[in-house]
Amino acid sequence: MSEPEATARQETAVTSDAIDSPLLVVDGLRKEFGGVVAVDGATFSVAEGSLTGLIGPNGAGKSTTFNCITGIHEPTGGRVTFDGQSITGLPPYTLANRGLVRTFQIARELSEMTVLENVMLAPGGQVGESVIRSVTPGLRGDVIEAETAVRDRAWETLEFFEIDHLAHENAGNLSGGQRKLLEMARVLMTDPEMILLDEPLAGVNPTLEEKLLERIHELRREQGLTFLLVEHDMDVIMNNCEHIIVMHQGSVLAEGDAETIKSDERVLEAYLGGDV
Amino acid sequence: MSAVDTVRNRLDALPDVGLVVAFIASIWAVMLVLAIAVGGANWANLAAGFIGSVTVLIGGYAILALALNLQWGYTGLFNIGIAGFMAVGAYTTAVLTAPTDPAAGAVPGLGLPLWVGLIGGMAMAAIIGGLAALPALRLKADYLAIVTVAFSEIIRLIVNWDGLAEVSLLGVPIGTGGATGISFKSANQVASTFINGVGQPLVAAMEGVGVSGPNLANLTYGILLLLVVAASYWVLARITNSPFGRVLKAIREDETVTQSLGKDTRLFKIKTFMIGCALMGLAGVLFRGQAGYISPQQFRPTITFYVFAALIIGGSGSNTGSIIGAATFSGLLFYLPARLGENVSLGGTRAPGNIIDAVAGLGSLDPLPLLAYTISNVSTLRFVLIGVVLIYIIQNQPDGLLGHRNEPATSVSLDRPQSGSGGEADE
Amino acid sequence: MGIAEFASDGRVVMGDRPGAVVVAAVSGFLLLDLVAKLAGTTVFFLGTKLLGGSLTVGSLLSMVVDGLLVGLAVGLAGIGLSMTYSILDFANFAHGDTVTAGAFLGWVAAYITAGLGTGAPISELFMLNSGRQLSTVSTFFPVLLGLVVAGVGSVAVVLLVDRLTYRPMRNTDNISLLIASIGVALALRYLIAFIFGTQTSGVASGGLRVTLFSMISVTDNEITLLVVSVLLMLGVHLLLQRTKLGKAMRAMADNEDLARVTGIPTERVIRLTWILGGGLAGIGGYLLVLESGTISFNFGWILLLLIFAAVIVGGIGSIYGAMAGGILIGLVDSLALIWLPSGLTRASAFLVLIVVLLLRPSGIFGGVSTA
Repeated sequence: MSEPEATARQETAVTSDAIDSPLLVVDGLRKEFGGVVAVDGATFSVAEGSLTGLIGPNGAGKSTTFNCITGIHEPTGGRVTFDGQSITGLPPYTLANRGLVRTFQIARELSEMTVLENVMLAPGGQVGESVIRSVTPGLRGDVIEAETAVRDRAWETLEFFEIDHLAHENAGNLSGGQRKLLEMARVLMTDPEMILLDEPLAGVNPTLEEKLLERIHELRREQGLTFLLVEHDMDVIMNNCEHIIVMHQGSVLAEGDAETIKSDERVLEAYLGGDV
Repeated sequence: MSAVDTVRNRLDALPDVGLVVAFIASIWAVMLVLAIAVGGANWANLAAGFIGSVTVLIGGYAILALALNLQWGYTGLFNIGIAGFMAVGAYTTAVLTAPTDPAAGAVPGLGLPLWVGLIGGMAMAAIIGGLAALPALRLKADYLAIVTVAFSEIIRLIVNWDGLAEVSLLGVPIGTGGATGISFKSANQVASTFINGVGQPLVAAMEGVGVSGPNLANLTYGILLLLVVAASYWVLARITNSPFGRVLKAIREDETVTQSLGKDTRLFKIKTFMIGCALMGLAGVLFRGQAGYISPQQFRPTITFYVFAALIIGGSGSNTGSIIGAATFSGLLFYLPARLGENVSLGGTRAPGNIIDAVAGLGSLDPLPLLAYTISNVSTLRFVLIGVVLIYIIQNQPDGLLGHRNEPATSVSLDRPQSGSGGEADE
Repeated sequence: MGIAEFASDGRVVMGDRPGAVVVAAVSGFLLLDLVAKLAGTTVFFLGTKLLGGSLTVGSLLSMVVDGLLVGLAVGLAGIGLSMTYSILDFANFAHGDTVTAGAFLGWVAAYITAGLGTGAPISELFMLNSGRQLSTVSTFFPVLLGLVVAGVGSVAVVLLVDRLTYRPMRNTDNISLLIASIGVALALRYLIAFIFGTQTSGVASGGLRVTLFSMISVTDNEITLLVVSVLLMLGVHLLLQRTKLGKAMRAMADNEDLARVTGIPTERVIRLTWILGGGLAGIGGYLLVLESGTISFNFGWILLLLIFAAVIVGGIGSIYGAMAGGILIGLVDSLALIWLPSGLTRASAFLVLIVVLLLRPSGIFGGVSTA
């Protein structure tokens, strides 16, 4: 993304109020598996440049909502809009190319590929992804040039997440926390506008957790990225997200800033009722 | 990229080439030793025969293993319909190049030049592969396996069917020849032309040491096949060591993640399947149709499993391993035991006609009849050996000989760029 | 994994409709054509033959009987393939050669018993080449003994193979197991070739021919196949429904992890799977040879794809599906002759296999899990 664009987005994020300029709008989303309703009319929006939290007791439908937004499941009903355009039911690769990417609850590293290969895979529209260009001697110059640029950026990204010392290691040999960092590095390489993080801190030690959150804030600040975060650790959500969505039994129960959510009786009830 | 880098890359590539050359050379040496041991005065001709045959086998299986490695080793597409795609390529070439006025009883073709036939065969194999891939590639690996093997049998049954043996297409008589097969322009002619032309002095020299013309032609053909292997290797190495190859590896590892990173994996899979099938089609003509004749019997599913054995031995996921595996399989497991069985004799003991008579010897503490029976049936037993080797490798060395190596999927060196030099990539 | 499966499931359902319409249309046309052929009428459209021809009820019935007989044996053999597929979770490419192994063991036993006292040398009897043709009527006890030996022998073979090959690989992925089974298939097939040679031997032919309903003519050997396979299928049914182990097997086919937590002894269930599946495969092979009359080292391998077709059409993991799928595939293989030249009938069975896998991978009998 170009420099002015990023600055512009950053400005919007700073000046506008949360819901005024939504980047992602989920409207009446519904998903059934067989007869079971997993998501039942969920409606919410995520402001551009925000760090929005999505919480809810187990089985509230958070992961299914994620999967429906990112095209892994096809929604049974409802609409999803991203950047003003409908993205309902589009396949994951189309969404990724439009700037909407995700990480997975259990980090899914490509284990028999090196960390560097994992990261270099991610950028969209690489010229070398054309067979003809990769093979034909005359056309290969562009591929080499693009590939060099991708490699350099990959190294920078690995340095940013401080896993550059593992670059030539097979991703399968990484620790749980390192895999989470790798996933972040990988989605970042796609040049996203918005990242959906599915429990990025689960199984991550406190030091690493600190580091990851720091990176997320830095990316928001400096590149104007938008984040939607599913996380079980309530403190993380309350301390970091300016807007929080609470899901319960497949639909949105409450919405607002940390204070509003903390004082909402229904939320308390849902958590007590759901988790006991 | 600087000139120094280019040279370094060339050097980096050299060990693999050296490895392959040394490996094939040692198999040749084994054949030579065998020929000297059993050939007597005729050793030179025998050696040329052995080495020629083993080289043709290595060449054929190497092309097939490379193609399978692209599909399965890199992308995880478990295609066990190799025989079918070979048949598509071979039969297309045959129909395109068979003479329009064939000998009595044979099937006419379109009489086109060989190179047209080869390109046509590869194209048709790619198209049929793509059509098969469209619906099938969404299936789980083991379902894809069953679909492809069934598909390859359907192809074989169709070319075997006498209804297509000779038909008229828009007034032009063509056909598959049915169960009798079809004769066409053979790639062997390229080898013969070479021998009878520029290679004449070589022929004279070889004939001087007793090497017969046909054996020399066969050897020449084998070496031509190795050139095709080298070309295939070059193309496939470029395909796999590139961003394209990176996506293929990623699909093998986790297709959902690959899609989430913006790759239309279906498209990549179809392309890969088509490229692999084209190469299988080429091998179908050059390997099975060496003599300018093919028949449905040559495309039974067993050949598919031999290719799998070759690739697994060499190490699925490695292009160099594919060639080494093909050489090991065809040289040491497939060809050598059969020649040993033919040429080793146990003094005066004649092999009994059946296993009962062979085992009966054991009753009088004479193991020789059983031994003789075993030796005379070694060409059957080698398949038992191949099966056992396959089981052993999958249990104990699932990476094969070279599959553990990481051949990074990129077109450039992956070393960290020198700080300061990457100025324009800075953000 | 679950996610990916859900995703592809969704797409399968989406593609189901147009595929089903085409399949229905083709079947409808074939049925219409069959009726026209039986009526002996031909329908022309724009000067070309659209459908019809001639076919007697008698030859239709004999095709049905042929298909039914082959189908029963294929279904019997398919039970084992279906069980290993669901319980051990891999496509066993050595299953066809288990069929061959069982058949050879059974026929050697039958042949030697029948030949004792006839003065034929033992090696000739062992190699199945004394030229004698057995039948249920003329040599009842040898044929019965062979049947038992085929079952017991193939059980021994599969247990040995499991011990050497699959047991050290219990926690390996299903593709590695599939490849191992290819190795087993090669080793087993060529071991049989090493012992018995690669020729085709004629070993059986009907001793008695009876005509049913004055239209269908069957031999005693064919009746044996029918009776034995139906009895065995009934036995399997009772085993699965009435015994504790049978219930455990059904549970494990559904969900191995669940079965393990609930304390079902999986290793015991696996052994029973091999015993039952291997035994039925051997008997299926033996009966097929009894019906066709000839035996060769690779007949089971050639049959394997047909068995796969039966299992997949019936729905992998479903034992009743395997039986029904076997009969259906047998009928397709035989009845295809009505519409196709004889060289292509086998291709039609494979086509059914592919179409089912693409349109309805859970099998045409609903995909309600095991049994």
